[in-house]
Amino acid sequence: MAHAVTDATFDAEVTQASQPVLVDFWAPWCGPCRALTPVVDELAEEFKGQVSIVKMNVDENPVTPGKFSIRAIPTLILFKDGKVVEQVTGAISKAHLKDLLNQKALG
Amino acid sequence: MARYDSLVIGGGPAGLSAALYLARFGLTVAIVEKLAHGGLMLLTDDIENYPGFPKGIKGYELSDALSAHLEPYPIDRIRGEITALHAETSPKRVRVDDEWIEADSIVVASGVVYRNLGVPGEEKFIGKGISYCALCDGNFFRGQPVAVVGGGNTALEESLYLARLVSDVHLVHRRDSFRGAPVYQERVKKTENIHVEYDSVITALHGETGLEGVTVRNVKTGEEHYLAVNGLFVFIGFLPAGGYLPPELNRDANGFIVTDCEMRTNIPGVFAAGDIRSKACRQVATAVGDGVTAANSAYLYLGH
Repeated sequence: MAHAVTDATFDAEVTQASQPVLVDFWAPWCGPCRALTPVVDELAEEFKGQVSIVKMNVDENPVTPGKFSIRAIPTLILFKDGKVVEQVTGAISKAHLKDLLNQKALG
Repeated sequence: MARYDSLVIGGGPAGLSAALYLARFGLTVAIVEKLAHGGLMLLTDDIENYPGFPKGIKGYELSDALSAHLEPYPIDRIRGEITALHAETSPKRVRVDDEWIEADSIVVASGVVYRNLGVPGEEKFIGKGISYCALCDGNFFRGQPVAVVGGGNTALEESLYLARLVSDVHLVHRRDSFRGAPVYQERVKKTENIHVEYDSVITALHGETGLEGVTVRNVKTGEEHYLAVNGLFVFIGFLPAGGYLPPELNRDANGFIVTDCEMRTNIPGVFAAGDIRSKACRQVATAVGDGVTAANSAYLYLGH
């Protein structure tokens, strides 16, 4: 399972993290977000120790989504050394997301 | 290599219904879905017209309920994407990501994807103003002006949903009247902050880091004007999600699979159900019916 980050923990857990971090911006009422959830949860296990995969509920955390100009969910942002290296919007397949992590997070 | 009596492709209402009936017939079944179960229902806020729910039901609730209905049965749920399908071998062979699966019959129920607008720069603004899901993204445009493109049921329903959140909805439609159901047309007319622009198309997108406006052209007069909007919601129909389908499978001019009324395609043992099938009425209720019919036909095909 991808664990939840908040506005308060975002810097410590994402931008200041030592390993790459993938953040899934989602909301409970968003269908495509629900569609993507099992994919993100499975990859959180598969990439354990290499890429930290976390989720942020945009309803409960108004600050961070605004900071990254998020206007659609689900949006996935990959951070490396505190910088945005990739941003994807919409529910994507597990194979596609896995390729992206292998290339952009570990490559 | 895993082998099943029947393999169902797609976890929307058609695929879930087919899998349920196949399992109840006592057949070995797997269902392949690349995301969570529910299909396009997951993109819908309220489903008002599924019989038996007089107060309507949320799209995700009906998705969860249909998916839960499969739980008591020994159905293999596989998460992955179909990358190849060999329908004329015996058994038939399907590749999920990079793993092959064998099946004696196949129910194709992979549904549809949203059609893109086809205006230059669209790709750049996806997630930065352009959206295909009002339910998901409407909230980010609270109190701001947005445009909606389309004239069918989806465009009208989504405009009504957005009108409750945003300051103004500019509904841009290329014809002089809507195709959507009269019940939605009436509601659109009565909603003060929905402004309809008939006979109009969007020809250009403007903005630096995010969408700031669009150019609208009247197709009858040729006149163009600029519309300042932060969001653009595109609901101009669907394309079949069947990139993996073999060329020998009969499709209509738009790529939808042609079947008979028992959901049989031209290839023995291959059935199609739901939105990917060539038909006039694409609804959750008809998808469920298609799925059940396809399961029954697969059962008969397998010699029962």
